[in-house]
Amino acid sequence: MRPVEIAKGIYSVGVRDWNIRDFHGYATDQGTTYNAFLIVDEKIALIDTVKNKKQFTQQLIDNIATIIDPKKIDLVVSNHTEMDHSGGLPHIMHYIGENKPIYCSKMGKKNLAKHFSRSWNYHAVKNGEELSLGKKTLAFLETRMIHWPDSMFTLAKEDGVLFSSDGFGQHYAGYELFDDQVSEKIMYEAKKYFANILMLYAPRIKKLIKGVTDLGLEIKMICPDHGIIWRKNPAKIINAYNAWCDQTPIRKALVVYDTMWESTERMAEAIADGLIDENVITKLMHVRTCHRSDVITEMLDTRAVLMGSPTLNNQMFPTLMDNITYIKGLKPINKIAAAFGSYGWSGEAVKFINKEFEAMKFEIVDSGIRVQYVPTPDDLKKCFQLGVKVGKLVKES
Amino acid sequence: MDKYVCVLCGYVYDPEAGDPDEGIEPGTKFEDIPEDWCCPVCGAGKEDFEIEE
Repeated sequence: MRPVEIAKGIYSVGVRDWNIRDFHGYATDQGTTYNAFLIVDEKIALIDTVKNKKQFTQQLIDNIATIIDPKKIDLVVSNHTEMDHSGGLPHIMHYIGENKPIYCSKMGKKNLAKHFSRSWNYHAVKNGEELSLGKKTLAFLETRMIHWPDSMFTLAKEDGVLFSSDGFGQHYAGYELFDDQVSEKIMYEAKKYFANILMLYAPRIKKLIKGVTDLGLEIKMICPDHGIIWRKNPAKIINAYNAWCDQTPIRKALVVYDTMWESTERMAEAIADGLIDENVITKLMHVRTCHRSDVITEMLDTRAVLMGSPTLNNQMFPTLMDNITYIKGLKPINKIAAAFGSYGWSGEAVKFINKEFEAMKFEIVDSGIRVQYVPTPDDLKKCFQLGVKVGKLVKES
Repeated sequence: MDKYVCVLCGYVYDPEAGDPDEGIEPGTKFEDIPEDWCCPVCGAGKEDFEIEE
């Protein structure tokens, strides 16, 4: 990615990772970017680095070198300790001078020290603290647990440019750099990012957005550490975040299942027919075909969750448990749920799924349907009726 | 003495253990911890703690 001046004296100097498809278990079908920013003022500041891979850290240095001699960087701001943003620090600090200050949050100092064994010159900043670069002022805003203890935002005050770390990001590597250059598809990537990384912190994000709004800061541009920059309409992504935080469900049902000999799949399809009959937006997701990171994205605005699993060796099918573990951690809210599944001789899966629904505080609206071996036309009728029943409840709420 | 859990990161403050690294002696009730103390794991303030059920 060649550097681009995004505001007077502020440059995007990060890198694109076109081909990454598995980002710590998140399916990144569009790749991603590791954004970093250079501010050239009386003092020169680098905001964040890139992933700890030689080709990226070298590219970061090369990008900076097209603007200034990287050795002239006076300070580094680390908004977030995760390796895709701090991984370039050893290379950068070695290049610019190990004694140059690193500005980070209090938890950032703690966490960086647990990632890197070097004794760098950390400056732990307080929430709201400011740093003058000359004509420009940086203000630091703690955003603890959005999404790590160390997370913070940095605002270039005079320019109204917010460096928002992972907030408002998207895993997307394209030729575009800004929201006004990219199609509406970017909103799906932003939503997917929110669902997979931030959903569980929704109450805090809501509070943060309100807090920032109340401060009356003028934010003209939002620069996340992944994906495109919001410059034309930063309010669009802020409004979207507000809505996603609320997790207000739409008239939608999600049927998530696995199957061994297509019996549970036939049940899933019959349930879907019932839901569709009730004019509910219906989505079927076979969990060995659809990635868990796409399942959770669909989960964000769904009202009903129907989960189907065969019983294998007295257990739920393992892929369902994979999804449940992932979903449980991200804490979706406002769901009604029901389970179903085919079995050979014992049939515990439905019972186990119901237990997980309870643990996730999903409201169980039906005790579920179990079918031995292959569903009969009568069984499929019951499945259809379950779809109708859940469909009606979706419409009521 | 009640244990308190940090709603942000899940850290549990156990009064019997205290938080000696931050000068909180074992046996200190959560209520008696200074107000500027914060979660040793994620930095959350006391207001982000709830009684563990």
